[in-house]
Amino acid sequence: MSERADQPPAEATRHAPRHKSRPRLSAVGIIGEVLITAGVLVLAFLGWQLWWNDMIMAGQQSKAAAEISQTWIDDERSSRDQAADTPQTTDPGESAPADFGDPVVREAPPSAQSFAVLYVPRFGADYHRSIAEGIGNNVLNSSRSGIGHYPDTQMPGEAGNFALAAHRSANGGGMHLINELQLGDAIYVQTADGYYTYRFRDLEYVAPTAVDVIAPVPHNPDVAPVDRFITLTSCNPLLSTAERIIAYGVLEAWQPTSAGPPAEVATVINAQAQG
Amino acid sequence: MYAALWRVLPGPVWLRIVLVFVLLTAMLFVLATWAFPWVDSIVNNQEVTVGSP
Repeated sequence: MSERADQPPAEATRHAPRHKSRPRLSAVGIIGEVLITAGVLVLAFLGWQLWWNDMIMAGQQSKAAAEISQTWIDDERSSRDQAADTPQTTDPGESAPADFGDPVVREAPPSAQSFAVLYVPRFGADYHRSIAEGIGNNVLNSSRSGIGHYPDTQMPGEAGNFALAAHRSANGGGMHLINELQLGDAIYVQTADGYYTYRFRDLEYVAPTAVDVIAPVPHNPDVAPVDRFITLTSCNPLLSTAERIIAYGVLEAWQPTSAGPPAEVATVINAQAQG
Repeated sequence: MYAALWRVLPGPVWLRIVLVFVLLTAMLFVLATWAFPWVDSIVNNQEVTVGSP
């Protein structure tokens, strides 16, 4: 009291009402602020996971896919330049550009190695992602790939099922628009050998335990395959893990790297070449 | 808690507001760079494959 009396009266009147109207610490106030902070942190995490990091990873994955695709095209071009004496080695001299025979089938690569690039125009005009071997987090959550190949399923162009998995949201969301595929949509797979054109057939919604969808003949694990399928799997509904959404396609055509990319993805691939 | 922070901050009101924004930005940077990726690696809620995980 005596101290306050010593202060100038203006100072005292400025301080006194503040102390009365606003208590310095209150347990309820602090708990409230902690809860609000926790809520904001959770929202910030979701925003980071579903938009910020998703966007960054999608960009990195696209860039990695463009690099690997360009490497194959450059390799093919330089090997063709070296073998300029025999330019018809890749092309049987029949000049029948539409049919290149049976597709080339590669051995499965080592785990986590990128071996193919996926182009799906329905997912976006410049959509391209690299496919790596394996379906672990080291592939699906990787900024180099994002799309995983089920290890025991067939390779591109092989009779049977080329089965892939990717995130629907977050981590680049490689199959964000899988539910928008329409009958006849093209699904292009590029490898070091060439381009495999698959055509989307239908969607299916299954339980997470439905391993039959990636059998060589989907749902018929005991039947020997004749057709060349592609199967995309992702989670469903969006942001949930309750079900899986499955997209099936069938191989329509194959062309070697030397024949150039299919017209629909030529723009994307040529744009990569320019950087 | 935040009222105490406001009192601790030095300077006039405009400087305090600037400082609050600086602190917020630094906080978000730390979260996005270290905290969120770490949480993401623990909370693996993104099953996309069929079969036994």
